Amino acid sequence: MIPTSSPPDAIDATTVKTGGSLRHTASWLRVKEAIIRWLLFGCALISVITTASIIFVLLYEAVLPFPGHKPFFAEVSLWDFLTETRWTPQFADKHFGIMPLLCDTLLVTGISGIVGLPIGLMSAVYLSEYASPLRRNILKPILELLAGIPTVVYGYFGLNVITPFVLRPILQSGLGLDVQIFNALSGGIVVGLMILPLVTSLSEDVLRAVPKSLREAGYALGATKFDVSAKIVVPSALSGILASFLLALSRAIGETMAVTIACGQRPILTLNPLVQIQTMTSYVVNVMKGDTPAGTIEYNSLYAVALVLFLITLSMNIVSQFILRRYREVYH
Amino acid sequence: MRCTISTLHDEYARQLERRHRAGTFFAGFCSISTWSSVLVLAVLLGAVSWQAGDTISWRFLTSYDSRNAENAGVLAGLLGSIWLIGLTALFCVPIGVGAAIYLEEYAKPTWFTRMIQLNISNLAGVPSIVYGILGFTAFVRMFGIAKEAYRLNLGFTTVNFTLPFGRSLLAGALTMTLLSLPVVIIAAQEALRAVPPSIRHAAYALGATRWQTIRHQVLPAALPGILTGVILAMSRALGETAPLAVVGAATYITFAPGKIDSLADLAANPGGLLQAPFDGFTVLPMQIYNWVMLPRAGFRQVTAAGIVVLLLVLFLMNGIAIFIRQRFQQKIRW
Repeated sequence: MIPTSSPPDAIDATTVKTGGSLRHTASWLRVKEAIIRWLLFGCALISVITTASIIFVLLYEAVLPFPGHKPFFAEVSLWDFLTETRWTPQFADKHFGIMPLLCDTLLVTGISGIVGLPIGLMSAVYLSEYASPLRRNILKPILELLAGIPTVVYGYFGLNVITPFVLRPILQSGLGLDVQIFNALSGGIVVGLMILPLVTSLSEDVLRAVPKSLREAGYALGATKFDVSAKIVVPSALSGILASFLLALSRAIGETMAVTIACGQRPILTLNPLVQIQTMTSYVVNVMKGDTPAGTIEYNSLYAVALVLFLITLSMNIVSQFILRRYREVYH
Repeated sequence: MRCTISTLHDEYARQLERRHRAGTFFAGFCSISTWSSVLVLAVLLGAVSWQAGDTISWRFLTSYDSRNAENAGVLAGLLGSIWLIGLTALFCVPIGVGAAIYLEEYAKPTWFTRMIQLNISNLAGVPSIVYGILGFTAFVRMFGIAKEAYRLNLGFTTVNFTLPFGRSLLAGALTMTLLSLPVVIIAAQEALRAVPPSIRHAAYALGATRWQTIRHQVLPAALPGILTGVILAMSRALGETAPLAVVGAATYITFAPGKIDSLADLAANPGGLLQAPFDGFTVLPMQIYNWVMLPRAGFRQVTAAGIVVLLLVLFLMNGIAIFIRQRFQQKIRW
């Protein structure tokens, strides 16, 4: 005997009873489906609107000359902005040359890259090629934890731990160099620690995507594990690794609180990592905190700085995504 | 001839030994790199807890900020953070999950869909401070329209608010919503993609419409994944400082949003819950930032104690996310 199954939920009891209204219900369902579809589309559209408004807001205050509104670049010429070597909006003698802020940002980013990228890549190689599943299961959550620590905490760590307990004993007492309380080096180191988990997890994904057959071919030719890891797997994943480096460096450029706390507030054109500097991001935070009246040139300069920041990080992200997509096409 | 082969063999053996030595060295180096992150985490946590000392107490958790270190507490930041995260989740989850459903279940692969998708992954890489500037311009100042105060009488309570929102909790929450949205969308998309198509086909075969399929089959199956992603996104938002510093979280504040800081207050003034989003606010990381910049004596311990509280809340949230992931992933087998 075949057991009778209960009717599916989708058929409403009332529709069955009144028979004729089935078509009516169906058309109402169709309308409802359409409404839901458009609502969901609206949700997806919000992300596009967000991008559009970011671009509009930055351009409006920095570039677009609307009537009754003076954008930043109407008062400071683009040439001065790019070539002047002083950034002194708070002084009577105002100069708006982006060079010092840009140079300080790149200094911190460079240091963070020196710290974060090699260690991150080595960790990725270890996790993907060497670590036993047990060790992986221990290490991965720890790295996730490291990635989840807020940036203010890293700032505190740089200012109150790295500078007084690491940099000053080694560089000041040991080598006789003058290390200021706020310095680019401590900021760069903590930002490097911040991007490390990002590099590790992105590079590890890329390394694991290298097909097993390549590794096995290597072993079959008599290669050692070292040969396979360093001369086959890493080179085949090179473009993906570069993309992950780019993504991490763009994160470092946009990083704000750690550098605001650890690096200080003095925009100067220098490559000395032991003195106080100011990055683009910490300039924005500092001016915004101080309740600068809208419409002043100092206020508008924020948008010009943010525009530069946005353009740099956006182009780095686009390039790295392009590389990653190409990479995926090769191996999948 | 034999002679040559044996020299070759010797040469190979010698080289092999060298290669193995290089390999051991390399493996050791990689291993040290990885475990050094663990060391850094341990040093960081150790240093912070050591510097916090015995500042963390019940008093620290239940009192407001103060000019002198002995009386400073974390209550305003703690309540502000809870409000901010609550409101952000309220706005962010429906929109984020809705967008993910559209992209995974409805959208056809047209150029427009690809553009939305590319746009979302680019938004995830925009520095948080840029969101701060967007939020400041769009929500706090509303492009510079004249500020006006409004009074909304709801019968049992009145709500005072201004347009533009000014430096209020609501402006902060809306900014954080835009910031968290890409993360939530990407996480929800991954969770939806993990639901096998056979589930959908089975539902369609039984006559379910597309929305019925999503609502009753796909969403419940994807829920643990979505929830994990949302909690992780919210824990990231909890630690964000830069956009809130720009949007105007106060550095020094001695009241809770809606003037509610105990259950008794809540019972006496339930209308405060509606007033809260329009109040000024501070959040935990903002208080920490304020303290870290204070040169006054004793505030280093207070800062460290604030960090310990923040990290405990974060670890708790991450723990819940991991628990949900473990628990539900093992249960569901397709």
